[in-house]
Amino acid sequence: MSDPIARPHSKSFFAKFAELISDTLTSQVVTLWRVFKHLFVATDTVQYPEQQPHMFSRWRGRIILTRDPDGEERCVACNLCAVACPVDCIALQKTEDEEGRWYPEFFRINFSRCIMCGFCEEACPTNAIQLTPDFEMAEYKRQDMVWEKADLLIAGTGKYHETNFYRVAGKAIGGKDKGEARNELPPVDVRSLLP
Amino acid sequence: MAKITVDGVVYEVDPANNLLQECLSQGLDLPYFCWHPSLGSVGACRQCAVIQYRDAEDTQGTLVMSCMTPVTDGGIYSLAAEQASDFRADVIESLMTSHPHDCPVCEEGGECHLQDMTQMSGHNYRRFDKQKVTHRNQNLGPFINHEMNRCITCYRCVRFYDDYAGGTDLSAQASHHHTYFGRFEEGTLESEFSGNLVEVCPTGVFTDKPFSAQYTRKWDLQTAPSICNGCSVGCNITPGERYGTLRRVVNRYHNEINGYFLCDRGRFGAHYVNSESRLRSARDASGMSVSTTAIEERISEFTSEAVIGIGSPRASNEANFALRSFVGAENYFSGHSDAEHEALQVLIECLRDAAFHSPSVRQIEQADAILVLGEDVTNTAPRIALALRQSVRNEAKALAETSRIPNWQDAAVRELAQESLSPLAVFACGSTRLDDIATTKLNADQQTLIEASNALSERLAGRSPAYSQQTLGTTMQSVEATYTALMSAKKPLVICGTGAGAALMRCAANIARALSVSRSEVCDLVLLPKEDNSVGHALLTSKENTLSRALGRLANGEVKRAIVIENDLFERAPTALVKNALAAAELLVIDQIETPTQRYAALSIPSATFNECEVTKVNYEGRAQLSFQVGEGCDAAKPIERWLNVEGSAHSNSMIARCAAEASDFESLIDCLPDPLGRIAGLKVPRQSHRYSGRTAMHADRNVHEGKQPVDDNSVMSFSMEGMLTQKDSSVLASAWAPRWNSNQAISKFQAEINGELKQGHPGVHLIKRSLNGQAYEAENSVNKNLGDFEIRLVSHIFGSDTLSSHSPAIQKRLCDAYLALNKEDALELGLANGDFVSLGGAEDSIILPLIVRTQTPSGVALVYTGSSALGASINPHDLPESASLARVESEPSVHPTGLGLSNLVVNDAYSGAH
Repeated sequence: MSDPIARPHSKSFFAKFAELISDTLTSQVVTLWRVFKHLFVATDTVQYPEQQPHMFSRWRGRIILTRDPDGEERCVACNLCAVACPVDCIALQKTEDEEGRWYPEFFRINFSRCIMCGFCEEACPTNAIQLTPDFEMAEYKRQDMVWEKADLLIAGTGKYHETNFYRVAGKAIGGKDKGEARNELPPVDVRSLLP
Repeated sequence: MAKITVDGVVYEVDPANNLLQECLSQGLDLPYFCWHPSLGSVGACRQCAVIQYRDAEDTQGTLVMSCMTPVTDGGIYSLAAEQASDFRADVIESLMTSHPHDCPVCEEGGECHLQDMTQMSGHNYRRFDKQKVTHRNQNLGPFINHEMNRCITCYRCVRFYDDYAGGTDLSAQASHHHTYFGRFEEGTLESEFSGNLVEVCPTGVFTDKPFSAQYTRKWDLQTAPSICNGCSVGCNITPGERYGTLRRVVNRYHNEINGYFLCDRGRFGAHYVNSESRLRSARDASGMSVSTTAIEERISEFTSEAVIGIGSPRASNEANFALRSFVGAENYFSGHSDAEHEALQVLIECLRDAAFHSPSVRQIEQADAILVLGEDVTNTAPRIALALRQSVRNEAKALAETSRIPNWQDAAVRELAQESLSPLAVFACGSTRLDDIATTKLNADQQTLIEASNALSERLAGRSPAYSQQTLGTTMQSVEATYTALMSAKKPLVICGTGAGAALMRCAANIARALSVSRSEVCDLVLLPKEDNSVGHALLTSKENTLSRALGRLANGEVKRAIVIENDLFERAPTALVKNALAAAELLVIDQIETPTQRYAALSIPSATFNECEVTKVNYEGRAQLSFQVGEGCDAAKPIERWLNVEGSAHSNSMIARCAAEASDFESLIDCLPDPLGRIAGLKVPRQSHRYSGRTAMHADRNVHEGKQPVDDNSVMSFSMEGMLTQKDSSVLASAWAPRWNSNQAISKFQAEINGELKQGHPGVHLIKRSLNGQAYEAENSVNKNLGDFEIRLVSHIFGSDTLSSHSPAIQKRLCDAYLALNKEDALELGLANGDFVSLGGAEDSIILPLIVRTQTPSGVALVYTGSSALGASINPHDLPESASLARVESEPSVHPTGLGLSNLVVNDAYSGAH
């Protein structure tokens, strides 16, 4: 390549002037033409809130907690969403029912800090936490942007209909004993020496 | 030193070790499961495969298991070679074929060695589509959760539990891929060290049950280096805190003291800080709460006239020192019982004596002939009992050496040695939990124990001892056997404790002195006090200022005011004496928990627990160690020194400095503090991990505006995620973490070498200089008792005999009622059977206890366990007579049964049969 610093010296005054005219004029004419063209393009602006925009299902908005196909809470309080969260706006505490099923005692999202990045959804091993296309979360008081489990937990499965963590994981819970999860043999009889 | 080449890099290594250990010592990442730094190698898991080359020309190499390969000088190895890394990935893939995929609901998740090793080996996706083997779990008691599906059959659990800790009720069962680790029958794990399974198991088969009930991932716990307050050993622990409550305690490596293991009292006993019995607010005599300013005024009033201060062995050096400077040294009294105080004087004299050396726990493991005199170490200083179980294996190690088997070849060494043990003589009253490894056992009453000890020291001094008629037989044999063992040993050790009483401690000192004289070298002598800061408190108290003198001065009205810190006097002196004294005095009690003493207090003030303040404590060796504040706990509680508002109390470090400057023997205490000037750019050490989560949501339910993090201007640590990385500076290391090593096995990254000291570590400082040339104590005289009466001897239990830990909910599930034990013949003679009620002395107001038969109880002796004060179901041990006649009664026992009965009692000599 030629030396870019040496180049201007090699041009004459006239050549430089012609270059200047062509650059600026062409650019301005092209710009004017483009703006003019937009007169005939359909408008993107939506008359929100009278008119609701179409939201795609993968849009990352308000966070929900979902239930598995059996209607039980999907969240097992593993804390992976909380640790993945870059603004640390998720806090929860694990507890357990009598039959060994883990669930969150409380589950809190501080939406005034949330940046809707979706890392929590990506980290979630049970598809419990999901982002939805709802974005209408403005509040007058910031304190009202702190959502507890009662606010977050919905009745359905959300975007992922099939996921049922405890049907795969080997931990026994109420209604699913050892050996009843997917791909499991019945529990071993330790007193047997047969192969 | 040998030179080896690993992947083209030359390392200098110790040829006595195996290749895996040396690779890890060099900081290399090599996956492993069954190898454990304390348990050695068995080559069971095949995970640590590497390629070994014959010489520089060899390009093929052979696959070897590094844990089973001795390091040879000039050896050439490769960790990265394709065959080796493929093999490791294949091995882990097959280990994972039946893994239950339940990491999100596993307590081990996030600090799991299996997760780390799977990542490290590069096994990412499950290809095996056949069915998984499943197992049923067992209920293993209040401490340990069992989830057998997660097992990878590395055998670490049984190797620790049975081989290392001497447990008998955990075993490998079934065969091939059905192998099961559990008990024959569901039930509580009996070993005092069962909690270590949580850390020994590389997966989540054994997890911490009390922790699971308030579960928090490792990265979310706020941690700081701390010292256990369960007994006088001073094990290093890492408590974890979240949402203002203590969540769990795990081991913190200290190469001289606890190594990798803790006892269950230490691990599960710390939960007393969250318990119901915590004193959470200040109260006056009528039970009304009192404001902080009112307390401060009341305390400042106390400066106007003479006040008696009663210290405490469970309070820190700084708290005791603050009380001493508040009331004046002449008014500062011992918080120990008189007997314990006397015994501690013997202990301190021996600590000053140049003839003795107090071995650390690691050094105890190296002793090759041991005499334990009158103390059931497993129940009073459990971690030392675990060390004794290792020291009896020195015979096996010596045998292995002659057969040129390296010590790390664990299975081979055990196979070779079979039942050969180094000599361990246990001279005690009744059975102890070390009886199964004792080569000589003298089981006798106090009188005989004293006679035997006198005879032994005579024998060691080269004189022929005189035996009395009734002790001639077995006693003489035991003494002779012990004499031979101690004299022929390279590193003999004598152990006694304040539980055995001052008389036997003097005997133990005499034996050690005779040994030291006859061998003309310093002799190892361990004297164990009962509580975590017994030694520190005793060093601060003058010899004459006994508790009974303090109580006497209060009772006769000489002094009208008293301050008692962290002490329940009803455990320290006879009930009548304490009542008299306290009723006459205006009493101020500062304590962490609620105690009966507070019923007499004009004001009860809450003090900070071990995890809420930065303090120092002195262990049995005279080693002072610093324990950091872990988190904020009870709002109303403050450290005692801050309540007393003595000079320098505003900052814990200045209080430590003042204690070092003013208290004799404490000069080197200041060296406990890490050097704040040495820290890079003044950065503090964060208590929170770099993955700490939920900071903007934890307290958002109360206020969405996040408060400022609490500032700790006392310490080199901060309540923050930010600060000095432990990888850069690990001088204050709470929990080990290194890239790719999330489990506790990451500790190898911080050790100078495997099992070596921590890089930049703070091992604590020995306070006492041995400068005294002591004399042998006069031979002890026998104890008097009436003919036909039973000698009353107290027994301790690991769960229940310690005040603070007994308040922990998990420990409370393992407590048992107070009892009196006799042997079968004595019980038969009195017409008594298991479960009968026995009265001591037969008077109207005499103490009545349920009887159990313990077959090893010496005849003429009644062993009494006084119960646990935590359940309000204990008798004051100082109310017991020294000897008493026993009779069967129908009336209810003095201690109301707690409903726990005696089913939790774990002893070696329980008798369940009928007569």
